[in-house]
Formats: sequence, C-alpha cells, structure tokens
Amino acid sequence: MKIPIIIDGRMGQVEQGTMIIEAAGKAGIVIPTLCHHEAVKAYGSCRLCMVELVQNKQRRLVTSCNSPIDSSGIEIFTDTARVRQIRRSIIELLLARCPDVPVLQTMARQMGIKSSRLKKKNDKQCILCGLCVRFCEEVVGVGAIGLANRGTEREVATPFKTGSAVCIGCGSCSYICPTGCIEMVPDKLDPRLRSLTMGSLSLPACNSNFQCDSCATDQEFLNKMKQVVSEFRSLAEKTPS
Amino acid sequence: MKRINSTADLKIVRDAVLRQRDSFTKNIQICNTGCRARKSLKVSTALNQEIKVRGLADQVAVKETGCHGFCELGPILVIEPENIFYCHVKAEDIPEIISETILGGRVVDRLLWQDPQSGEAITCERDLPFYREQQKHVSGNCGKIDPTDIEDYIANNGYTALCEVLTTMSSKKVVDTVIASGLRGRGGGGFPAGIKWRLCASAPGDVKYIIANGDEGDPGAFMDRSLMEGDPHSIIEGMIIGAFAIGASQGFLYVREEYPIAIEHLAIAIRQAEEYGLLGDNILGSDFCLSLKINKGAGAFVCGEETALMVSIEGKSGTPRSRPPYPAFEGLWGKPSVLNNVESLANITQIFRNGAAWYGDIGTQGSKGTKIFSLVGKVKNTGMVEVEMGTTLRKIIFDIGGGIRNGRSFKAVQTGGPSGGCIPISKIDMPVDYDSLREAGAIMGSGGMIVMDETSCMVDVARYFLNFLLFESCGKCVPCREGLQQMHTVMTNICEGRGEEGDMELLSELAGIMTTASLCALGGTAGNPVLSTIRYFQNEYKAHIFDKKCAAGVCKNLFAYEIDENLCSGCTLCAVKCPEGAVSGEKKKPHTIDAETCVKCGICFSLCKFDAIRVV
Repeated sequence: MKIPIIIDGRMGQVEQGTMIIEAAGKAGIVIPTLCHHEAVKAYGSCRLCMVELVQNKQRRLVTSCNSPIDSSGIEIFTDTARVRQIRRSIIELLLARCPDVPVLQTMARQMGIKSSRLKKKNDKQCILCGLCVRFCEEVVGVGAIGLANRGTEREVATPFKTGSAVCIGCGSCSYICPTGCIEMVPDKLDPRLRSLTMGSLSLPACNSNFQCDSCATDQEFLNKMKQVVSEFRSLAEKTPS
Repeated sequence: MKRINSTADLKIVRDAVLRQRDSFTKNIQICNTGCRARKSLKVSTALNQEIKVRGLADQVAVKETGCHGFCELGPILVIEPENIFYCHVKAEDIPEIISETILGGRVVDRLLWQDPQSGEAITCERDLPFYREQQKHVSGNCGKIDPTDIEDYIANNGYTALCEVLTTMSSKKVVDTVIASGLRGRGGGGFPAGIKWRLCASAPGDVKYIIANGDEGDPGAFMDRSLMEGDPHSIIEGMIIGAFAIGASQGFLYVREEYPIAIEHLAIAIRQAEEYGLLGDNILGSDFCLSLKINKGAGAFVCGEETALMVSIEGKSGTPRSRPPYPAFEGLWGKPSVLNNVESLANITQIFRNGAAWYGDIGTQGSKGTKIFSLVGKVKNTGMVEVEMGTTLRKIIFDIGGGIRNGRSFKAVQTGGPSGGCIPISKIDMPVDYDSLREAGAIMGSGGMIVMDETSCMVDVARYFLNFLLFESCGKCVPCREGLQQMHTVMTNICEGRGEEGDMELLSELAGIMTTASLCALGGTAGNPVLSTIRYFQNEYKAHIFDKKCAAGVCKNLFAYEIDENLCSGCTLCAVKCPEGAVSGEKKKPHTIDAETCVKCGICFSLCKFDAIRVV
C-alpha cells in the first residue's frame, strides 16, 4: 500500500513500512549515518540520523534508520536547528573518544566543527557502530565477533578475546568498517597469508588468498564461501562507498 | 490439600483457614524478611522455642511474615487481636513478652514506639502516625500473612479476583476493566497498563508472553522487594489475570539475583499455586493454562529496561533496542509480550478483587490508586510507605516520616532514583502524582524517596547518580555512553575544586542531548538529577565552581572543619577520637583542628555534643 509523505517540503509516496531514511534517499536527501547499512538490520546506536517527525500536530525526534512510515499525515524535517544541534553533539562526543578517525573529522568539517569542546577521553579508532559484528552475524552468518562489556568498556571482541574457531577470514568486517580500524595485513609468520587485526585483536585469514578453486578446505564449506563472496560482491556494486 | 476447581472450593479453603485462625487466642506476626538484617531469625527462633516450652502452641499462632513497613524499628513483632506493636525486639525480650503480654495481658512499655516530641508511647500499630496516615491496599498483606503459605493468602481473600475473572469475564472485559481503572505502570514509565494489554491482546499470534519485572535496580529502593518477599501471590494472581487478558500461556518473573529471599518465596508460591490448581494446567478447572518460570538477573541495572530484560531472558547480553517494533507486538523471542512491574501486577489483583470503580475513587484524576515508596534518608521514620496518589510530600515526609532527624532541616527530597530529580522545600506541599512530579523536574520512578538535610551536598548527589549510571550504561548508543562520561568528568572536577566558568551550561547542554537523543530511558532520563539540581540549587553549584566551597561539608577539597572556641568545652572527645591526631588542646580549654593534617573524615563533627565544630 502506498502512503503519502512530505520530506523537507517535498511530497511523495512510499510503500507502507518504508523507513524514513530510505524514503529520504528516494527524494534525493542524504541523512548522515555511521551505524547504518542497507545489508544489515537497523541498529539505532549512533543517533546521527535523527530527524523531526510531525504527525497530528505533534512533533517528535526519531531515528530515521528504524522509524517506518506506516500511516498518512506524516511530515519529516531533516535539517532543522534542533536536528543540526543533535548531529553536532554526536560528532563532538565521538571526537572526544576518537579524535583521529578520518570519517569523524570529515563530518566535523562539514558541520563547521573545528574541534570538540569536550575533554578528550580516549584515543580509540573504533566508534562502536557495531557494523562489523552485525555483518559477521547477519551477512556472513558466522558471528565470530561480538560486542563485549558494558558502557565505556564496550569493545568488539571474540568470545573471551581468544582466537576464533569460526572466523573464515572473509574480510567483511574490514570492508564495512567506516573508520578503517580493522585491517587485513600480511601475516607476521607467513606473508603469503593475511590477518585481520583491530588493535590487539587478530583473526586468521583466508589461507589461499581467495583462490577458492585451489583451496584445500572442505568442499561444503567452500561452496558456502563462494556464495557469500558473490553476494558480497554484488552488494559492493550496489552500495555507494 | 485438594485442587481448587471453583469459587465454592476456594471458599471452603478460606473458611477452613479462618476457623483455624479463630481457634488461636493470640496471633504473633514477626517480620523475617527485611528484619533478618537485624537478627530477626534469632528472635523468631527464641519465640517458637518459648511457645513450645511453655506448651502454648495450641493457643498462640506464630507467623513469620514479610515486611511490616516501619523498617527503622526492626525487628518488629505484632500481637493480635490487640494489635500491640513491639519494636527493636531482641531474642532476650521473648520470655518477658510471653509472660507479660501473652499470658499476663500487660504491655511491655519499653518495647513500644514513643513519639519523639510528646514522649507518648503508642500501643497499637494502627495508631502509630507512621501507619495511621497510610493507605496500605497493595502492601496490606505484608507483615500480616506468612508468604510461604498459600492458605494464609487465600484466607485474606486471595485468588477471589482470579475466580471472578475466570468464571465471569471475557479477556476483552478484563482489558476494558484495566483501562477503566486508570492504572499506570508502577515501574517508572507510568504508561497506562490497560493500553499495553489491549495492544498485545490484539496482536496476531498464538504464542504470547507475560513478564513480571522484579529487577528493582534503583539504589535505595525496596518496595518491589518487600512485595515479592512478603506477598508473592498478589503478584502471581495479577500475572495470571494479565496472561488471561492477552492470551499468554507462558510467563516469566525476572527477579534480580541480589534478592534471594524474593526468589525463594516466589518459587514456593508458584509451586503451591500449581498444587492448588490455581496455576499450571486447567486453572480453576477452566480451559486456561499458564506456566510461570523465574529468571534471575545477573547484576545489571539496564536489564530492568523492557527490551533489555527480554533479551536477557533470551540468554543474550542485556542491551536495549529501538522501538518500533513495540514489545506488545514483537517482544520476547519475537512474540507479542507484556512486561509489567510487580507492583503494577499487585495493583491488578486489587482492581479485580474490589472493582475498577473502587480503584478509580482512589488517587487523582490522572494518577489512580496508591503508590508504594521507599522512604529513606534523613527522616526519623524510614521504611516502606503506601499512600494514595495525590498525597503531598509534606504528609509523606513529615506526618508519616516524622520529619528530619537530629534536629536538622529539610533541604530536598530525591524521587525516582537515577532517573529522577531533587525537589526543594518550596514544593513541599505539591501532590505526589505522575504529572506533578514530572512538571517539577523529577519523576515518580519506581518509588524511591530519599530525604536530605543541610548536610547533603546537592552537587555531590547529582554526581553520585551520574557515577551509578556511567557504570550501568550498556554502552550501545553514543549520547548515553559518551555523554555520561563527559558529564561525570565535569561534575567530578566541580566537586574536587576544578570547576570552571561555563560548566553549568555545558552540563545542561549535555543533559539535553542525552534526554533527546538516547536510545532508551536510561540515557533518556540520566540528565534529570543534574538538571533538577541546577534548576533548584544553582547557588550551590556556583559556590562549588566559583568560590570553591561546599557548605554542606561533603566535597572534601571544598571545606574545612573549625572549632568555635566559644562553644568548645574542652572535653577532649574529638582529640581522642580523631584518627589522624589533627585535634589539639588542653582539657577544659578550647581545642583547635590542624587543617593540614585533617582528612575531613567527619568523626569529630558527628561526635561533638556541644555543636562546637563548624563547616567553613
């Protein structure tokens, strides 16, 4: 069923249940995000995509990644003073944790933020967007990494921070990470191999450097890998980087 | 013990217990839940022993009950039918109580409560000002019944509500009744319970869940604990009614693991209810079936949040998720689920026992019924208090709470725990209800009420709650995880004398972002303690930031202790007790404190009988 919607004054129609961020995209409006990706379920953790929603004369702020347009009479505002203030604050808060992360510095520049007014808390590269974890779980289906600990101690880790028995070295986590803090690097012991590293976390890599036909690994597992890689490649072609 | 299959069966059991109660001449009720912290188990052991030795077991019934509410005075012992109220009872007092009161019909005066003003001793529990001004509808059984005996609950009209529901109502009627009652969630959100039930009842699907929230994470709150320990069946009965209303055949009670007695009593209650046919298959002989399980928490405040709690039951890390989808449609394991606080469920039992109209007559227009509070802090009478919604703060704190102890004055009351705010004396006559508290910058919350006097530093209070939330935040969303850390740093700097111009503005801004942009209510309300203290106690913030002074004498870097030489009698008590040797002086001559050596432990300040030590 089609629902009428107005975004930033532009009128249009979307399928019932379409998320605000998708509808905005169709209208040519780009809403900034850090934890959002079409290939995985909406997470709602960065809060950067918040917009103003007006319905029945009531105005409220919602995250556009996971708020569906499911009834008529909704008007969305993606660029009000309040929305801009929230975005600036999120970036300032993140810069205090991750001052050297390029994507944050770019966003800060675009918003006119020269530096964070807040005290530097950390020197992390990881912004805890959770994309690597969600990709590994939902797209690859392996779930080799998760989010451990609570609050400011939260971090991406393997269970008990030991090596992983299930990581297939596909590199999805490295590919999707918006800050580039997960890297595929030559393995220290055998430079023909690659390792996935993030800080002190190090995971094994594909032993054949993605030459699947000459791989000695079990055929069933290989077939699964082939499917994952091809799905991934077609996704990479669709998604703007 | 036979299965109860009808209202008539229930009446038979009830009448039998009432007859048995009548066969005793005396009934002694002793709190053995909260009062265990004051060795009540020793008292009850001595009591049971003495009754046996004196051969009085046929005439005197001894009941180990839940919390009587007046926790300040524990161990508490009440003797019926005279309603004699003994407090601070020790095991050594038992022989005298038996000889004098039970056998001799005389009251032991030294065990009675004495009015601190008039010195008058009051004999009957119902006449104590603490109890006289309360309306103990929901917590009425606590302190009266044995929570480990279902028949005691039945004798007090237990399960009559369930009978009424299953024999005369459709699930739609049940939902409509709850909506008509106006019941709002008692966990803190204050959302209309009936609306939640209606949404879930209308959700498609055969598998639905009812969940009771017994996580009670607010520091200092013990209302839910008292209910779970003292009257577990009132919660279970409400849950069964709720399950019937929404169409659930499975339910969970999520209880924080730090409440072992509550878990034990709920487990016993579930087992007994199943034995009596009031839970499990074919409840009361009907087609309706419900099985209940207890799920223990594992030490995370955030798991009291609706979606985090459900995910925790699923065995995953307790992290909240965004809504929509709402749990009423997609909750536990993706199925339609209703989560209610245990106090809400106990209110449900009241509504169906006495009627929605009866319930609607209690409270205010927007906040129906009663609310249970944990009244703690600098009041004379601390404990569990239940009052009608709309009762004023003054009544709760001064009439029931007895006013401020140690001759000090009221400074503020903190309501709603880490999500709440501090209310000053200017608002002491405000009614306590959901909307009034919110307008005042606080919230009802789950019912914590912390009373403060001039020795409480409001800046330190706000910092305390920030510290708590910083530790408990799940860390998923940016505003909460990073915002709390930043706010905590600013507050710590202020409390340690490094406050700067612009700090209050920065705190307000950060609190504002957290309120607007956080994913769940933990972050969404985390700014409240800071915002409310800045609103009402701005001068205290200014004194900390600009003058580097803490007049309350809490922030150690911002004050000093000084002895007033005109008031000091030279008794040497402070010099003797000072752990650092910072006090010097000759006997009968004014003493002095060496500021360099003093560590501000406060021992001298609290000991001086002449009020000669000042905070400067």
